[in-house]
This record gives sequence, structure tokens and C-alpha cells, in this order.
Amino acid sequence: MTGPQLSPSTIAASARSPRPFGSLYVGNARSVMARGWRATRSTNSLVVVSGFVEPIFYLLSMGLGLGALIGQVQTADGTQVTYAAFIAPALLAVAAMNGAIYDSTWNVFFKMQFAKLYEGMLSTSLGPLDVALGEISLALLRGLLYATGFLLVMQALGLNLSWWALVALPAVLLIAFGFASVGMAVTSYMKTFQQMDWINFVLLPMFLFSATFYPLSVYPAGIQYVIQALPLWHGVELVRALTTGQIDPGLLWHVLYYVVMIIIGLVLTTRRLRALFLD
Amino acid sequence: MPAPVIATQNLVKSYPVKNSKDFVAVDGISFEVAPGESFGLLGPNGAGKSTTMRMIGAVSTRTSGDLDVLGLDPNRYGPEIRSQLGVVPQENNLDLELKVRENLLVYGRYFGLPRARVARRADELLEFAQLADKAGAKVDDLSGGMKRRLTIARALINDPRILLLDEPTTGLDPQARHILWDRLFRLKEQGTTLLLTTHYMDEAEQLCDRLVVVDKGRIMAEGSPADLIRRYSSREVLEVRFGSTQNAEVAGRIQGYGERVDVLPDRILVYSDSGEYELERMSAAGLHPITSLVRRASLEDVFLRLTGRNLIE
Repeated sequence: MTGPQLSPSTIAASARSPRPFGSLYVGNARSVMARGWRATRSTNSLVVVSGFVEPIFYLLSMGLGLGALIGQVQTADGTQVTYAAFIAPALLAVAAMNGAIYDSTWNVFFKMQFAKLYEGMLSTSLGPLDVALGEISLALLRGLLYATGFLLVMQALGLNLSWWALVALPAVLLIAFGFASVGMAVTSYMKTFQQMDWINFVLLPMFLFSATFYPLSVYPAGIQYVIQALPLWHGVELVRALTTGQIDPGLLWHVLYYVVMIIIGLVLTTRRLRALFLD
Repeated sequence: MPAPVIATQNLVKSYPVKNSKDFVAVDGISFEVAPGESFGLLGPNGAGKSTTMRMIGAVSTRTSGDLDVLGLDPNRYGPEIRSQLGVVPQENNLDLELKVRENLLVYGRYFGLPRARVARRADELLEFAQLADKAGAKVDDLSGGMKRRLTIARALINDPRILLLDEPTTGLDPQARHILWDRLFRLKEQGTTLLLTTHYMDEAEQLCDRLVVVDKGRIMAEGSPADLIRRYSSREVLEVRFGSTQNAEVAGRIQGYGERVDVLPDRILVYSDSGEYELERMSAAGLHPITSLVRRASLEDVFLRLTGRNLIE
């Protein structure tokens, strides 16, 4: 593949046939991803390790430790499973969310405000959508690594109750994509560290209350609707259904929720990067 | 004359301001740059130089007027134009998470260039920027001059037809500036078109074939450095000091000396074709300055004449 480097004669040719996304996208997101991969390898490897072990610690302490006191829990469709098997898929979804959020918020905020990295990228032939997709893809790649590792741990502990658990991998990618895309969009509007703190303020309660550690049915009906509106709930339910093997067509609603999130996030991010760096 | 590589016609950029009328950063600028030419935008801070550079660099859209870069309209063909430009921004935006050589490799890939070609070019450019022995160093460990040279090397990774330099030597010590000028001069010799902004007069005199003086978003004058000095200054300038209490009084007695007399709080400038002659006239009239200096007129004189002596904030 030759990429977008243009000689004067190809400039004239492309002047006649502009790209489908105009100046927003030139199809070179992979170079942004490659940059991130190199940077992660040399400076951020510790962050990668901590992101990998954190959910495993949760699983061991709460799933196995606390789970010994709790015993069996009822899932949404009424099946009884062990407490560890109940929270493991939720932790998997949370790991995907956290990985994606770290890469797409703090990381992006720093690159935008201090390192001026995107300014440099956008003075090359890259378009803002190349930058957004490249950064998000890297977040997804990291999410995929975490998820694979975590699923292996679950397998070793006997917490995958069905072969459908393999489908949890693409599901986790979808969840990570949704959070990364919205996370980057929100971050692109942030100007100060204080504003960045709001992200944590939203994430923590979502982590605790999205039917992560207990079934949705413990809430009164009104509260249940609120929880069901949150993105993490959809992720938790989707992954839990897959690892416990309770498949039904209703799961597609969760998928749709994330597809919408991804599209909204990408549109906002691209628009914002364009406004910031290509005014 | 070959077709210009940059042509602006009544270029305007304004930004909306809340509850007030728009802020006009660039207010109807027109100029052309020929291939291989070295062209300067000279002006005080806030004159609209960087904004003009950003529009030409296809990272900012114009409010009105015409702009043509390498035969294309930046509003529609941003990526095509940017693939042919090298950009050296006012503040270095090197990738601090990558090593020196990696900065060049990764940047080349942003242009979609083949890996092998980028690697070859990176080594040539490290040599050119006198950074070959720093290839594996961290960017943060480089000196200011080295960072600047790396930024210029990075801007050359795609063999650009035009190099845009926004205040290339601001903040560098004299040695570092001279090394940088030497490198830029070599590029010019190789036929690269240079467009640079600066507020250093000596830099403009060193590097620019032609320049425009910009103030408050408008062009005040255009020409070669020598041309502008001829038009807006005299050949020489005599600087005399009588002490700050005496200057004003003396000034009254030397009106009519040279082509023009400029009274500053600390000294008096006499613009003349012969500074020595004016100095002799002064002694003959019984005026003996504490210090005197005859120097060649510079762009600085032109610049101050055109943009005024008041501090621009």
C-alpha cells in the first residue's frame, strides 16, 4: 500500500477527485497507531502492566474472597451462578472501559494541551479523523490484550461457563471502542485538570452501580431505568450473557447502544479536532 | 517569471469575539512567492504573521480573499498541500515520548512514505542537522539549538517544496542561531522555497531575498532588504548620546541634520548618507556627545520607522 504521499502530478489528479471524507481522512490512521505503539513500548510499559493486573486483583479479592461468603447469585434470566462467575464478566467489561478511558482521556488531554502532538500530526498530510481513529485503535489494541489475559485467568479459574465466552473478546472491543470514542470527544472539550477530574467523578459511581457486583433486580423499578441508561450496564450485561452462555436476540440492543456511542464519539472528536487545529 | 508557489490576494482572517466585533488578525494581505525564493514576513508580535503562516500551511481556513499554494486551494486540498510542505512551528512540538531518530521515522510515516525511504532520509537529515551522534538520545536531553535543528530536520523528512519557518531562531543563543542560519542557507542554495516569519532584522537580512513588513494585519512595505533600507532609511545612522536630561535640548539645535532626526529618551538618531559628516557638523556647532556611533542602516530602522516605536501589547 502506497499511502498518501503525492507527487505534483498526482496532486493534479486528486484535485479532480477529492477523497470521500474530504480533508478529514486520508486513510493513514495506522501511522498514528504505530507512533503510539512505539511510545508505549519505550515509556509507558508500567501503565500497561498495572492496567492488566488491576482487574485480576479485584477478581481474586472480591470474586474468590467475598464470593466464599455469598455463594450463588441469580443472573438476569434467573440462572444461578457462583459469585465469582457473576462478577468476572463485569470486571472484564470494566477493564475494557478503564483501559479505553485512560488512553482516550488523560493520555489525549496531555498530548493536546502540553505535548502539542496533534498540532504536529495535523501539519502533515494526516486528517483529524486519521488521528482520532489511530489513537482509538491503539486504545482498542491495548483493551484486546487486557481482555485476552483476563479471559485466560477466568478460564483457569473455571469461570467461563460456555464457549460463547470466546465472543466476549469482540464484545469487549466494542465496549472499549464506545468508551474510547466518547472519552476522546469529551476530552477534546476539556481545558484544565479540574475539568478532567469530572471524568473520574462520573466513572466511579458507574463502576460501582452498573449491576457490576450484584444483579439489577436489587434496585427499585425507577432506579433500574436510570442504571439501564448507563453505558457500562449494557457492557456488563452483554459480556455476562456471553461468558455464562445465556444467549438471546435481546443482546443486540446492547450492541446497538455501543454502535451509536462510537458514531457520536467519532463525529464529535473529528469535529472538535478540526475546530482546534484546522480552524 | 515562473508561476508563484504561493499567491495571496486580499487574504483576511478574523475571529469572532463575544459581545464585540470580530477580531481581525490578518486584514487584506497580498503577496506572491516565486519557486526557490526566500521570502520573509517581518513584523512585531501580534502582527498576524503566524496566522498568515497557518493559512498557507493549510491548518487554518481563511475568512475571505484568495489563497493558492502550489496551485491548489488549501480549503479543499489540505492534505495534498501539507504533503508538500515542511512546517517549523514557533514552539517546538517534537514528540517527547520518542527518541531523536524515532521522531523523524514516525513523522515520515504520517506522510504515508515507505519505511525504507524514511529511514534513509532520517539518517541524511540527522547528518545535515549535525545530530547524527544524538540519534538515540531523548529529545528532552537536547539543547535548545539542537531541538530546533531536529524540528527543521523533521520538517524536511518529506522533501518539501516549501519550508515554512515561524520564528526559527527565537530564544536561541548567538552560536546556535548562526549554525541554524547556515543550515537554512544551504537549503536555499539547494532550491527549497523558504517562507519565514521573524522579528529579528538581522535574520531577515541574512536569509530573505524579499520580504514584507506586516503590522496590525496589513502589509506596510514590500521589497528586498537593501531596497527597503534605501526607501525607508538612509545609508548610515549616527547615534549620539548627550545624557537623558540634555537630549531634548540638543535635539532642537540639530533639526535639519541629515535626512531625518529621531529623538529617543536615551539617544538621538541622525539618518544620513554619511554619519561622519553629521558628527563633524555637530562638533563644529560646539556639540560634544558623551558617546557617538556611526553604523550601517539596518532593517531595524525600517521596521521601527514603519511600525512605530510604541510597545505593542
